[in-house]
Amino acid sequence: MGMLVNNSVATAARRRLLRMHHESGVGHIGGNLSAIDSLLVLFHECLGSADKFILSKGHAAGALYIALWSSGRLDAARLASFHKDDTLLPGHPPTTGHDDILFATGSLGHGLSLAAGTAFAQILRKKNHAGLPHVYCLTSDGEWQEGSTWEGLIFACHHKLANLTVLVDHNGLQGFGTTTEVASMVPLGNRLRGFGAVVSEIDGHNLDAIRSACMARVDGVHVVIMNTVKGKGVSFMEDRMEWHYLPIDAARLEAALAELEE
Amino acid sequence: MRKQFCDAMVGRSAARDMVFLTGDLGFMALEPLAAALGQRFVNAGVSEQNMISVAAALSRSGFETWAYSIAPFCYARPFEQIRNDVTFHGLPVKLVGNGGGYGYGVMGPTHHAIEDYGVLLTLDHLRVYCPVFDEDVPVAVEAAAAWPYAAYLRLGRGEPPQGYEVPAYAPWRQLVSGQGKTVVIASGPLAGTYIAALQALPDADRPNLWALAELPADPATMPPALITQLQAADIVCVAEEHVANGGAGMGLATLFLREGIAVRRFVHLHALSHVYETYGSQGFLRRKSRLDPQSLLGALQHGGALT
Repeated sequence: MGMLVNNSVATAARRRLLRMHHESGVGHIGGNLSAIDSLLVLFHECLGSADKFILSKGHAAGALYIALWSSGRLDAARLASFHKDDTLLPGHPPTTGHDDILFATGSLGHGLSLAAGTAFAQILRKKNHAGLPHVYCLTSDGEWQEGSTWEGLIFACHHKLANLTVLVDHNGLQGFGTTTEVASMVPLGNRLRGFGAVVSEIDGHNLDAIRSACMARVDGVHVVIMNTVKGKGVSFMEDRMEWHYLPIDAARLEAALAELEE
Repeated sequence: MRKQFCDAMVGRSAARDMVFLTGDLGFMALEPLAAALGQRFVNAGVSEQNMISVAAALSRSGFETWAYSIAPFCYARPFEQIRNDVTFHGLPVKLVGNGGGYGYGVMGPTHHAIEDYGVLLTLDHLRVYCPVFDEDVPVAVEAAAAWPYAAYLRLGRGEPPQGYEVPAYAPWRQLVSGQGKTVVIASGPLAGTYIAALQALPDADRPNLWALAELPADPATMPPALITQLQAADIVCVAEEHVANGGAGMGLATLFLREGIAVRRFVHLHALSHVYETYGSQGFLRRKSRLDPQSLLGALQHGGALT
């Protein structure tokens, strides 16, 4: 386990994330900022050497790379290649190049099944659930509109994969509207419980709450609905759908960094 | 071929770190394998997308992983999972589709798999195995298992004529020999359905019939005798229970051009459609697609290959 994530670590990560996206001229910033706190806690504090992580919301690759860098798993030079020609860090997680990235994701609705299969493999290997390596999966909230995600949950719950924790980045905004307007899953928690998951709901930017939820071990599949804010930490990005797409120019970067003084 | 497939898999199961997934199919066929594998036989339920992603993860975790369904459900619904989760990562997941082509004939168009291998062959390194006879299945299983990348095993129903001595499995096999200046190449069990009709022809007219059991066709394994026959032939006919686009015919035509094999006339018999005005058995639909033996003879006659 690395150092505890605190506000200073989280702020530094946000600053680096924004600079990285500015330098590469690429968007998806809003969903990165909603997910980054959980990713920092996971990579700094939760993931042991045998544990696995799968980013189902592949468009948060920037936050994943920043969390890997922040936790000492990715060097600064490689991080600087993000989204450039000849990089190992494309806009969505790649197939090869980093031991902590098991699968290329980016088409939504794959990650939970991949995580469930990985967790199931651990059970087949160990024959019992005690001391199993743990598997974490981070999904978006919009991707619960994918039928395959529910297929994955059915499989995971059927096999009682207690070594699987699914984090849902519930920022309420998707590609072209709010999740409630587009295809509502409200109340998501009840729907997940209906499938047999053990559901927690937390503030997805409260580091202590994330820590507790990720370290909790429950009797079954643990789904943690993290109530988050798209664009969290930058006032003009918060809860704004356009920051699903927009890159950040120099003036806005300066303004954002001013809000994120270390 | 399901029984032979199950027997082959049971034979493999004892010594290997294998997981077998099924999309809720295999009743009255796969029970012995379920008994042999215990916890490692997983009925993933009616959820093909999940099954393939889980298979990818199991493979990534070091298991020899097989995923089974009937052919149309094996590749179409979970194509993105096969592409992204399996082949993007070079994972050697083995897909098994029962009833390729019109194998589920009268069950209707949703149950036909006539573009399966064409679609799958667009994926990096994926190799397709189409056993021709029931006797091929154990060897085809071993060949698919040995292939270091993803593979698709297309099972059907072997149809050799009674008393025919099935030659040992090979990617290319000559099933019928003759002095006619025609070469017929057919993929999968369809090849077996032509044996009797071609054997009945006079030796002077009789085409050379070859069965193709692996795709993409590999020029390195092409028997010299076949190359000689192709170069001497007036007509080369490729027949397959698969649509024209992306099928064995297109692949072979390209191969011939690439390898400098000059073919004078190329005839392609292939599945014509999922949708017909009426439906029927596999044999009925083969006739509708002009893939049955009489249609083959008619095509050869029309081409001037038969006197």
